[in-house]
Amino acid sequence: MSILDVSSLTVRSGSAAPVRDVSFSLAPGERVGLIGESGSGKSLTSLAVTGLLPDALRSSGSVLLDGHQVVGAADAELRGLRGPVVQIVFQEPLTALDPLMRVGRQIAEPLRRHLGLRGAELKSAVAAALDEVALPDPRIARAYPHELSGGQRQRVAIAIALAARPQLLIADEPTTALDVTVQDAVLSLLERLVAERGMALLFISHDLAVVSRMVDRIVVLRDGLVVEAGTVSQVLQEPAEPYTRMLVDSARALDAFLDQKLDEREAGA
Amino acid sequence: MSLLELRGAGFAYGSRRVLDDVSLHLDEGDSLGLVGESGAGKSTVLRLLLGLSAPRDGQMLFDGEPLNPGSSSLSARRMQMRRFRAAVQPVFQDPYSSLDPRQRIDRIIGEPLRSLGLASGADAQHRIAEALESVGLPADTARRYPHEFSGGQRQRIAIARAVVSRPRVLLADEPVSALDVTTRVQVLELLDRLRRENGLSLVMVSHDLSAIASACDRTVVLQHGRVVEQGATSAVLHAPSDPYTRALVAAVPRLPR
Repeated sequence: MSILDVSSLTVRSGSAAPVRDVSFSLAPGERVGLIGESGSGKSLTSLAVTGLLPDALRSSGSVLLDGHQVVGAADAELRGLRGPVVQIVFQEPLTALDPLMRVGRQIAEPLRRHLGLRGAELKSAVAAALDEVALPDPRIARAYPHELSGGQRQRVAIAIALAARPQLLIADEPTTALDVTVQDAVLSLLERLVAERGMALLFISHDLAVVSRMVDRIVVLRDGLVVEAGTVSQVLQEPAEPYTRMLVDSARALDAFLDQKLDEREAGA
Repeated sequence: MSLLELRGAGFAYGSRRVLDDVSLHLDEGDSLGLVGESGAGKSTVLRLLLGLSAPRDGQMLFDGEPLNPGSSSLSARRMQMRRFRAAVQPVFQDPYSSLDPRQRIDRIIGEPLRSLGLASGADAQHRIAEALESVGLPADTARRYPHEFSGGQRQRIAIARAVVSRPRVLLADEPVSALDVTTRVQVLELLDRLRRENGLSLVMVSHDLSAIASACDRTVVLQHGRVVEQGATSAVLHAPSDPYTRALVAAVPRLPR
């Protein structure tokens, strides 16, 4: 059975439908990338999958998370799924963290709620969670979010997301706001954690190079529609749709600036 | 003689030093990339080059002369500032916030012509139409408002505003970072064409090394407010001598072959 099965998902906002008839699924432990440009509907899809759509938006179709229907589900039901089944890491960790609460308490909260940990056991679980995201310094737990760097904050957000041992992690542009060396380190961390825990990963990004590092399969969205889906090598080597080809060609052109163009310039100089 | 040059420039916000002993230069027709991570001092260097701040230590030179030196007469300083403002134009990162939403595009693009007193009336309209054409936007763009345009189109409008006064150099702060990949390639091509056709010089700040590689002949790498490496872009990216530059280049996500 799939850990996530999205079928004919449509999201409506008034008369507009920013996500239309989207279908894809993830097997347990599978890593899938959702790629598209601004306005493609990739972030709304991730919110619809976790039942976090703003009130003004309505979803229809079907989203099965570990067999439970998300579309139309009550908040109480969804709360039971968020944590043990699915967790989400957003682009901007500052908005995802409570600015008034020490980082350690924010990590403790899901450990207490979902794993029932208390007292000394809880304290050592918080330390272990921070250690796992490569933040072993005990001062981190006592810090407030604004006292940390962008990369440290995203590691904390990942620690919170993973605390309840979700079967599926949704990462929505998790490194877009980070510097390139920090991005590299956070991607390595995610790769390791996903592999160690056998978690499924839905990785959402506009960056083909980042996505192809993280996942096995890619779903391409444009204007709210799935235009193409396939393995990373299929999509990159033999894109079937003109839009995908344009996306791949642009990414390749930028990538090529880092080598060929420079060689030409050297040759011409 | 360089068009713009920093000599041993230092800068601080209050007591927090953000630049130390930065020396770099941009020759006429050349393109210079400023690379580094958050807090490296890239945007502060750009502020100095734009004349928005004066270095605390060292010098900022324009056409080989110190910009706004205290010793020269007020009228000489005004004349130099006028030449400087006409020569140097900025392009900002975020095309959504850098365009006034309440103004029509022709008013936005014409702003440098008014503030520099370069053209008015029919002459200004002609220059605005010319600028729109040079960035590949249709003539009817002039009568519309920013919200009617996509991110890439807005960045073209921002570039039209920057070139309308026929400057000698564009100083661009992350001009493609907010854009989608297909649009990013198009805007980089536009900058390249404007450079070739108008002989424009370019200083571009970016954390995106592929954008720097595409647009800049020379590159300066900043870390913690200091220049750790500078030289031909090909040398800096392919044979970096500094360990920080090496780490930066190695961290760039690449497409599988």
